[in-house]
Amino acid sequence: MATQTFAPSMTPSAAAHLTDEQVETLGAELDALRAEVVGSLGEADARYIHRVIAVQRGLEVGGRGALIFSLFPPAWVVGTAALSVAKILDNMEIGHNVLHGQWDWMRDPKIHSTTWEWDHASPAASWKKSHNYEHHTFTNIRGKDRDLGYSIMRITPEQEWKPTDLFQPLVNLGLSMIFEWGIAIYDIEIEKVKDGTKPWPQAKAELMGLWRKARRQLAKDYVLFPLLSGPGFLSTVAANATANVVRNVWSHAVIFCGHFPDGVESFDFDEERLESETKGQWYLRQMLGSANLSGSKLFHLMTGNLSHQIEHHLFPDVPSNRYAEIAPRVQEICKRYGLPYTTGSLPRQYGKVLRKIARLAFPGGGPAPAATPPTQLPDQARRRLAAPARLAS
Amino acid sequence: MRNTVEYMGVLGEIRQRARVAATWFTQPLLPDDLLGTLNPVWSTREPHARVVGLRRETADTTTLLLRTGPARPGHRAGQFVGIGTRLDGVWHWRTYSVTSCPGDPLLAVTVTAVPGGTVSGALAHRTPVGTLLRIGPPAGEFVLPDQVPEKLLFLTAGSGITPVMGILRDLAATRPEALGGAVLVHCDRTPSDLVFGPDLRELATSTGLTLVERHTAVKGRLTPDNLTDIVPDWAARQAWACGPAGLLDALTEHWAMAGDPAALHVELFTPPATVAADATGGRVSFTTSGIEADAGPGTPLMVAGEAAGALLPNGCRMGICHTCVGRLRSGAVRDLRTGDLHDTPGEPVRTCVSGAAGDVEIEL
Repeated sequence: MATQTFAPSMTPSAAAHLTDEQVETLGAELDALRAEVVGSLGEADARYIHRVIAVQRGLEVGGRGALIFSLFPPAWVVGTAALSVAKILDNMEIGHNVLHGQWDWMRDPKIHSTTWEWDHASPAASWKKSHNYEHHTFTNIRGKDRDLGYSIMRITPEQEWKPTDLFQPLVNLGLSMIFEWGIAIYDIEIEKVKDGTKPWPQAKAELMGLWRKARRQLAKDYVLFPLLSGPGFLSTVAANATANVVRNVWSHAVIFCGHFPDGVESFDFDEERLESETKGQWYLRQMLGSANLSGSKLFHLMTGNLSHQIEHHLFPDVPSNRYAEIAPRVQEICKRYGLPYTTGSLPRQYGKVLRKIARLAFPGGGPAPAATPPTQLPDQARRRLAAPARLAS
Repeated sequence: MRNTVEYMGVLGEIRQRARVAATWFTQPLLPDDLLGTLNPVWSTREPHARVVGLRRETADTTTLLLRTGPARPGHRAGQFVGIGTRLDGVWHWRTYSVTSCPGDPLLAVTVTAVPGGTVSGALAHRTPVGTLLRIGPPAGEFVLPDQVPEKLLFLTAGSGITPVMGILRDLAATRPEALGGAVLVHCDRTPSDLVFGPDLRELATSTGLTLVERHTAVKGRLTPDNLTDIVPDWAARQAWACGPAGLLDALTEHWAMAGDPAALHVELFTPPATVAADATGGRVSFTTSGIEADAGPGTPLMVAGEAAGALLPNGCRMGICHTCVGRLRSGAVRDLRTGDLHDTPGEPVRTCVSGAAGDVEIEL
């Protein structure tokens, strides 16, 4: 994977109408919102995460127990379903959020970002670096946020087109099936070893760490529990593989809907601009660079509350069970400042992501040039202009 | 005998192998995590205890009777244990003396509500039967030697009676004759404030222990001077004293001047009083977690780290139990109780009673 090249930004930012003072006031409002929520954390929140963990463990034990009899079709179906849900909860509402430090305030050594490990190919330590630090700090900055297209897909029109991009709809399908492995290997940044910016011994040590973690996971899903099923060995292998694929496809869909649908901005920041970015500007980038998913309470739980991607990116270490109550207030703030708050159902948003991946498999894909330079329009008109431009991207 | 030992060794090895095998089935969790989810008391890595009974000793003192899990380590009479309680979702740890005997099926800890203390107040007054607590390993040097001295003297004030109560109960159960010539001087404001009053009187009747109740509201505080009046042969005795810092300081001085300093054993049960004079404060980095925090003058490193979200080992929070020790990598720390400066790299530092003296790195 060669270093990517990017063209200059093709769409005006939806926040172009805000003055510097307005951006800082916006930041202060969000700081106050955060302080209010953090100050109200208490026993009910602690009970919530304990309950989710108990349910997850119950489903996992129950599912794997049922799969001992996986030759019996109803047991296969029930066991696979329970195990799939358990793996999704483990990764999303529990693992991702605990590793963000959302529950560190409880001072519980058993539910803490420094001690947690999860049913995911990425070892917790490397995940915290690549995700908590790199992705959440450099969110949607082209060339800096490695989650933007994961280097193998062209997800913004500013990315230079390569012939291999033609295959990206297929690549995306494949990636969704093996998503956890894709992320785990991608996070080691082998390409940096090639271009000499990462020493091989370090990459080797990280690969060994991944292998130590992965072999236990592979042994558990594809050897040990299948052996417990006796004659149902292969049937249990199939069930566990199904649960892993279900978890991968689901988390891939939810995560891709967080930053790639239409209406979400990507940014063109150089080091200098990043250095001088204020808290208000950081908040703004997080809001404009994320999109929500609408749905029921159960849906939000199953997405690990990443359906509240905007709130999560504003406050990555605020417990996920609070995002739902924060959401209307963030939406109100966006409205007041004339900022987009992108949200929609999963099928709608994922449809847009797939459409974008298909369109950007071919060269071009940027917005049609505007007839009037946006800067000469009053605020309202400029926003109207900006919105369709983003939709077309 | 040798066969039994070998047999136990083989059993232990089988158990160890079974545990390793089970870990392959439960990873990334441990089998212990699943047991702990079913019933926290079964966890051996994060031991819990359930409150199964309460004894109101006085208006502000309660004894909690705890059922612990299978992994409860044995304590020695006079030691304390760490007790963790969840208040508003957050775990808080304090240490309390064990007042039951080492062999008792239930573990008893006695808690006096400190005025303004959120944790002690909650434990003493708002901890119903059925509450789950976390429990740390027993610790503390305030214990009798294996060879119990012939002439014993106990000097206690207020809740300072709790470790001594553990010692007295153990002696009454195992070596009642040792209490025959022993003296206990116990001070508290009024007879109704006196923790364990009825138990102590009964113990005195049944064992021959000489109990001197001193009600300070009437007679004033115990001083080295009136000690001679109460216990004329104090200098000939091995003494164990526990109570407020003022009393213990006075006794220590008295024994140093007029007696044998080695014959006095004290347990101070108060949080560290901060040394304001030379406390400088600074930035503390915990190198294992990578967490950094500003520790103001007089703020223990532990408190600063916890405020910044670090998960630090902790126990008594008063410099006794050494649970919180981390090695000093660079910089200097000041002992907040004594004002002493420690700056030798590699030196173990008790984060609960050490403040930053400039920027400091701790290997935790």
